[in-house]
Amino acid sequence: MFESKSGILLIGGLGFFLLSFLSNVVVSVLLYQDMPEQSVEELAEQNTNALYLWQDLSVRYPEAFKKHFGEANEKTLAEALEVGHKAYVGEACWHCHSQFVRPVSNEESRWGAVASSEEYQNELNRPVLWGTRRVGPDLSREGGRRGNDWHAVHFFDPPSVSTRSPMPKYPWFFEGLSITAAMRRLDTMAVQDEAAGELADEIRSEFGETDEELTKSASKAWGMIRKQYPELAKERELSPDAPNKRGLAMIAYVQWLGSWLEQYPLYEQYTPIAEQIANPLE
Amino acid sequence: MTAEQVPANNQTAAAPTDESKLDAAHLVDERLVLWFFLAGLTYLMVSFAGGLLMALQLVKWNPLEGVEILSPGRWRLIHTNAVAYGFIANSFLGALHWAIPRLTLKPVLSKPLSYFIFVAWQVVVLSTAAGLILGEAQAVEWGETPVWIDPLALAGLALVAINFGTPIIQMKGPMYVTLWYFLAAFVWTFLTYAMGNFIPEYYLSGTSAGAVAGLFIHDLVGLFVTPLAWGLMYYFVPILLKKPIWSHGLSLVGFWGLAFFYPLQGIHHFLYTPIPDFLEYGAVISTIAVEFVVTTVVINFFGTLWGSGRAVVTNLPIRWFYTGMVLYFVTCAQCALQVTRSFQQVIHFTDWVVGHAHLVMFGVFSVWFFGMMTYLFPRLFKTSWWSRSLCEWHFWLSAGGITVMFLTLTLAGLFEGYFWNSLRPWQDSIDGVWGFWVVRLFAGLSMIAGQLVFVLNIFMTWRKSKQTAPASSAAPAYAT
Repeated sequence: MFESKSGILLIGGLGFFLLSFLSNVVVSVLLYQDMPEQSVEELAEQNTNALYLWQDLSVRYPEAFKKHFGEANEKTLAEALEVGHKAYVGEACWHCHSQFVRPVSNEESRWGAVASSEEYQNELNRPVLWGTRRVGPDLSREGGRRGNDWHAVHFFDPPSVSTRSPMPKYPWFFEGLSITAAMRRLDTMAVQDEAAGELADEIRSEFGETDEELTKSASKAWGMIRKQYPELAKERELSPDAPNKRGLAMIAYVQWLGSWLEQYPLYEQYTPIAEQIANPLE
Repeated sequence: MTAEQVPANNQTAAAPTDESKLDAAHLVDERLVLWFFLAGLTYLMVSFAGGLLMALQLVKWNPLEGVEILSPGRWRLIHTNAVAYGFIANSFLGALHWAIPRLTLKPVLSKPLSYFIFVAWQVVVLSTAAGLILGEAQAVEWGETPVWIDPLALAGLALVAINFGTPIIQMKGPMYVTLWYFLAAFVWTFLTYAMGNFIPEYYLSGTSAGAVAGLFIHDLVGLFVTPLAWGLMYYFVPILLKKPIWSHGLSLVGFWGLAFFYPLQGIHHFLYTPIPDFLEYGAVISTIAVEFVVTTVVINFFGTLWGSGRAVVTNLPIRWFYTGMVLYFVTCAQCALQVTRSFQQVIHFTDWVVGHAHLVMFGVFSVWFFGMMTYLFPRLFKTSWWSRSLCEWHFWLSAGGITVMFLTLTLAGLFEGYFWNSLRPWQDSIDGVWGFWVVRLFAGLSMIAGQLVFVLNIFMTWRKSKQTAPASSAAPAYAT
């Protein structure tokens, strides 16, 4: 039996494999068979946490948002979650970021609630994205901790907001700044810089107030900006302020992570190291 | 080439020992063996490129940052897939084409089918690479092959099983231990690939899909690579040492121990997840059990070496093989410790695991392939190696590189684990291991340099084989 073809094929090849499948897989399937799988639409439905940040995105990047998703509602959020999930998988984010919090190694203090099965019983965990390596932090409670604009800048150039981060840049999540967005930027800069306000007024008086008028004369307006603010003019090609469809969807996906928890958003408990040493028992 | 004899233990009998009966040239398509090896080495270089890119990214020296198709994340996928399906699978197919007809005294089922498999498998690997570069990955670790390639790859694996399985099934008399491993591996590889790539995508989600993912990562190494590789060791080592394997009984223990315990361990990749504790403990216990089995196999091979120890110095393939076995034992001893939940608290998610993965995939299996290739390339080219000293360089650059990489990543992993546990800011753990990552980069460069030397040596040997007059009837002295 132990050296015969049939023994090896049937007992070793098939039998032991099926035994392992039975004990490892079938048992866990039976344990969770009563836990229904949620569809992406169900995940977006009534999810006020994620919807709030989805709407924030639509206000923050109005042109891009209108172009790629239209309105900020449950339906478009579900679409964004799917696109974002695909990008998260395709860019291999899950090879450097895990999505589960363990009950050991002080992970509860760092990230919050320990992972539980119902969190993963949904379509966005086909296949499950637990991950096996953390170069960067766990992301399963990342949603809501940081603003949408933080994430946009972070995807564009991680070290600029997270000093010395080894995370790669993702410029392909972005496109060029539109002239209307550039005008808004000038308006913001005007608070501290009078020249920016004057330039904005000049451009408006020359080409018109409305978005259509400005878009029509975009090249000339950009020319004027380039003379005074060459750095801003560079963003006409590629800008952290102009996420494209994948960029918006990625931000929405990351902001969704953990949005189902009561304690969302969970802020990291951080005590400076000097204080930790001074009061080790606290 | 009397050393070409099939190793036969007295108890197993059956295997042919008379060289005159073995018309190897008729049975084996050597050109195909060569093609598979060269394809495998090409993908190994591609994999190195991916690893190098990621290593440069981690130490923030990546000069190509910001290019979409050179994204380190996507090349991280290429890195593992090119090794598993490009280098390892192709090298296996080459080595199996060499070994199976010799062990069964029958050619593979069909030569045209072999050529078809060669082409089809390169299509699978290349389209996987293209899919991954374009961001079409599937979220199954070691199985990121885009979903639209999976059915094709599975069909390819079925053809491989039929092509190689037929001569094994048809042969009469007892089978040598190598063939046990091969026969079982053909079944396991097919089942493992089907399970890992289809079930978590189409049938399950959440925690139970996690159990499948763990089983897949594990079985791919344990039921595809490990049995085929050990089978080839049982074949090549006795041939090179010109004596039978030390103990037939221990071979039996090794095979059946692996067959029983190995598949039960998948969940140990996901300890402390929502997978129930009792399943996690089951995986932990069977993992510790398999280390005892591994020990018997390693003892069996060192028993075989006993009395011929000098071969490790003089015979390059033997040196590669036994280096791999020592590292295999280290890997497995490490397994028995790191699989416990106390170790997992610290080392899970860290570079410790990355070091472990490199030790087993490069330090053991790739090293064994380099041994087989060092043995076989001269025989395929019908001439001795162009440079023996380049063979030595190949060995020392590879073995030195992997040893340093293993040590530096293991240490980095410990530091990371304790940094995280201490609740210091995340960035501290990255700044803290930066130096280890720099060392890892150079260890990797040493491994790459070793393979470049090897490829140069292969090229020069091929050129030499073209220049020399057609081989006379006398077998050339291969030096290895």
